[in-house]
Amino acid sequence: MSEAVREAPKKQRPQFRNIHVTDLGNYRMPLASIVSILHRISGFIMFAALPLILYMLQQSLLSEDTFKYFAGIMSKPLAKLVTLVLLWGYFHHFCAGVRHLFMDMHMGIEKVSARQSAASVLVVSLLLTFITALKLFGVF
Amino acid sequence: MADLNVANNHNDDSNIGRKRLVVGAHYGLKDWMAQRITAVIMVLYTATLLISFLTGHNFTYEGWAGLYATQWFKLFSLVTLAGLFYHAWVGMRDIWMDYVKPVGIRLTLQIITIVWLVVCAAWAVQILWSV
Repeated sequence: MSEAVREAPKKQRPQFRNIHVTDLGNYRMPLASIVSILHRISGFIMFAALPLILYMLQQSLLSEDTFKYFAGIMSKPLAKLVTLVLLWGYFHHFCAGVRHLFMDMHMGIEKVSARQSAASVLVVSLLLTFITALKLFGVF
Repeated sequence: MADLNVANNHNDDSNIGRKRLVVGAHYGLKDWMAQRITAVIMVLYTATLLISFLTGHNFTYEGWAGLYATQWFKLFSLVTLAGLFYHAWVGMRDIWMDYVKPVGIRLTLQIITIVWLVVCAAWAVQILWSV
């Protein structure tokens, strides 16, 4: 080591550690990281809602009567809101997962295309939610 | 996700081939693969269900239950749901490993997760074979 290197003033270098929850607001979230955290959140929501989802499936399949009763529940605004959240969670997780599968095959891993696919995930999942909701609520 | 880092740490030269040090396990890679294989099954199932739902006219109990009454769709549903529950286990374990550091609490949450998923799996079988 030369003198010049040893005597260089020590600069305070930035440290990057695990993000603490309280730091979240200070971080700039690129599209890919928004997709990523929503992937996790939507997965958790669906895991927590599994009994509700199975209950809905059961009511819709058990008999003509339970099907009609369930259709009645589904006409309530709150039930529609819950259904929309679950649908969005499913489609977001679905699209983000498909993006993952392509990236595992080293497709679209460049910065620009990764950003584009992240944007596509957000848009396509909302579109799929919208279309399915229209059908579910009897528009077509 | 966290598992992969563990698996990658054993890549030094002294630790390959027949002299490989048998520590850890390859549950990291196995679960990583399982996560993707079950995902592909769920993609196929979702496409099947979504297309039949969106293209169907006049959504009735007969049509809906009729689909689930066929043997092939029962089995397709069962395989998909089994994959879904395993997929959910891998994902939930990642979440607990990332955010819950105390071993006791983490283990408790993992056990609750497994029980939760096994109960759901049994219920799913009951639902499918009640049609």
